[in-house]
Amino acid sequence: MRRITYRDAIREALREAMQKDERVFLMGEDVGRYGGAYACSKGLLDEFGEERIRDTPLSESGFTGAGIGAALGGMRPIVEVMTVNFSLLCLDQIVNNAATLRHMSGGQFSVPVVIRMATGAGRQLAAQHSHSLENWYAHVPGLRVVAPATIADARGMLWSALEDPDPVIMFEHATLYNEEGDIAAEGPWAVDIDRAAVRREGKDATIITYGGSLPKALAAAQTLGEEGVSCEVIDLRTLRPLDTERILSSVANTHRAVIVDEGWRTGSLAGEISAQIMEGAFFELDAPVARVCTAETPIPYARHLEAAALPSVDAIIAAVRRTLRR
Amino acid sequence: MREAYDRVDLTTEHMRDLAHQMILIRRFEEKCAELYSAEKIRGFLHLYIGEEANAVGVMQALKPDDNIVATYREHGHALARGLPATEVMAEMYGKASGSSRGRGGSMHICSAAHRFYGGFAIVGGGLPLAVGLALADKMRGNDRVTCCFFGEGAAAEGEFHESLNLAALWKLPVLFVCENNGYAMGTALERSESETDICRHAQSYQIPAAAVDGMDVLAVEEAARDATEKIRASEGPFFLENRTYRFRAHSMFDAELYRAKEEVAEWEKRGPLVQFKRWTIENDFLSDDDYAMIEQDVAVIVNDAVAFAEDAPWEAEEDLLKDVTTPAAAVL
Repeated sequence: MRRITYRDAIREALREAMQKDERVFLMGEDVGRYGGAYACSKGLLDEFGEERIRDTPLSESGFTGAGIGAALGGMRPIVEVMTVNFSLLCLDQIVNNAATLRHMSGGQFSVPVVIRMATGAGRQLAAQHSHSLENWYAHVPGLRVVAPATIADARGMLWSALEDPDPVIMFEHATLYNEEGDIAAEGPWAVDIDRAAVRREGKDATIITYGGSLPKALAAAQTLGEEGVSCEVIDLRTLRPLDTERILSSVANTHRAVIVDEGWRTGSLAGEISAQIMEGAFFELDAPVARVCTAETPIPYARHLEAAALPSVDAIIAAVRRTLRR
Repeated sequence: MREAYDRVDLTTEHMRDLAHQMILIRRFEEKCAELYSAEKIRGFLHLYIGEEANAVGVMQALKPDDNIVATYREHGHALARGLPATEVMAEMYGKASGSSRGRGGSMHICSAAHRFYGGFAIVGGGLPLAVGLALADKMRGNDRVTCCFFGEGAAAEGEFHESLNLAALWKLPVLFVCENNGYAMGTALERSESETDICRHAQSYQIPAAAVDGMDVLAVEEAARDATEKIRASEGPFFLENRTYRFRAHSMFDAELYRAKEEVAEWEKRGPLVQFKRWTIENDFLSDDDYAMIEQDVAVIVNDAVAFAEDAPWEAEEDLLKDVTTPAAAVL
């Protein structure tokens, strides 16, 4: 085992992909000389050169569309969009082109592009750098949406995403980059991105979450465990397509579900998961499904207000207790 | 039309070929309009009538290995590129034998075999893709041009500017072809652009640009040959502005309140087919009899296309979700 950060894991994954497949290249704003807005590609320019570590102008739609076109043209591009907030400038390319081309062409074209972006709040970056819009992408047929929440997944998921012949949107929660963890000294690193992962087993309630909320869910489960409440924690890993089977089988065991999602509650992924539980495990439930989401407000700057807006460990604990009527 | 064209193969065979292609597009689309009224074709139908010289002229300069990205007004481009009229018509019908298995319709004709990446129906949305295709070719060392068609309305979109900048910055082999028909749906160019000389946009990104008479197929072919030669030599983009005109409505829902009938009539006098016919007859390349034969041949192709589309099967509803994602077995 060795100890690395989430950022190191992403960088190692990028380097490995570039080494393994000469069709892979990285492009985005400041990925080269600057080393990446979150330093994920630091050092890669020297190793792989300007062609493959390609700095782009501030043209999200242009370079994301170029990534999609390059994928059509036989390359395996990794497009880095600085944050999900900026990705709204390339929503047209992702939703109208990348997601549709396979079907719209009657199966003639595939778009094997990976589009990475940071997401989420927690660093006092206010309302234009902090939102969690994963569910916007998870809404769209033709896309796969993944969210590595652990160091091992950060290390392994990129290659799995590159092996997918269709467009993959990869969300990296900005508060995870500095997280440290132990991973195996050597590979294989591949992650099964068709399956959710059980990060903690339990029998009294299921906490379903992903990405930056996983550490909070695990902390809540730890505290509850000390009180004698046993929580199962499911890390979705892939937000589209959802591993419904894993969600339902866990709820069938615990009979209670709490969904933690940093998106806004209205129209959230948590709402979709809740609906799937109603449809598939209604008679297994001993309590209404609970949701812990972000308050219905643009993310504020002030530290205490930002914290109040986001899912917290305390709110998760309270939600689990409610489902247990404790 | 002019007296001389330097870069065009001025032979009877080539003139016949150009006439055949333009007349095929015209008659094919006239039939489409008829079939639309008969409710065989539904959805949007954007006719290219009046603009045929552009697709036909530009395609002459492209090789089979080059890439094409087109718009929602792309029937003409598809036919000029050599897609079978049968498959294009079946796509209009929404049949399983259509070029996109009935999933695309009039606006999304695609053919991997022809490197025809499709009709893209978000104005400006095809340009970044064309840049990416060209980037892939450059990185892989392919000697290939990506030709991207769009209308002058696209010049108002951010994606137009982003794409021109990227193509120039990275010296990519893209032929940008702006088919300037004067109207973005119903909005005239001068009512939507502060700079109506579209070439100047390209030049501001250091892209060489030329405006050409888009009603003159030989002028278009000449300009496209010149452009693709420059692209292949310099590995940088080139921008063509084809000044043309759409004789029919924007789509079948358009009442054409925004332009005068006299304006349309004036352009029709300079129509690409009438001009070319007059020129080829006056210059002894083709005769009235030749044109009669071309019309006959085209009528057979169009009738066969309709018969093919009528007889073609519908996609099974069970296959609705097929090809939303790539089946595991098809992994590249």
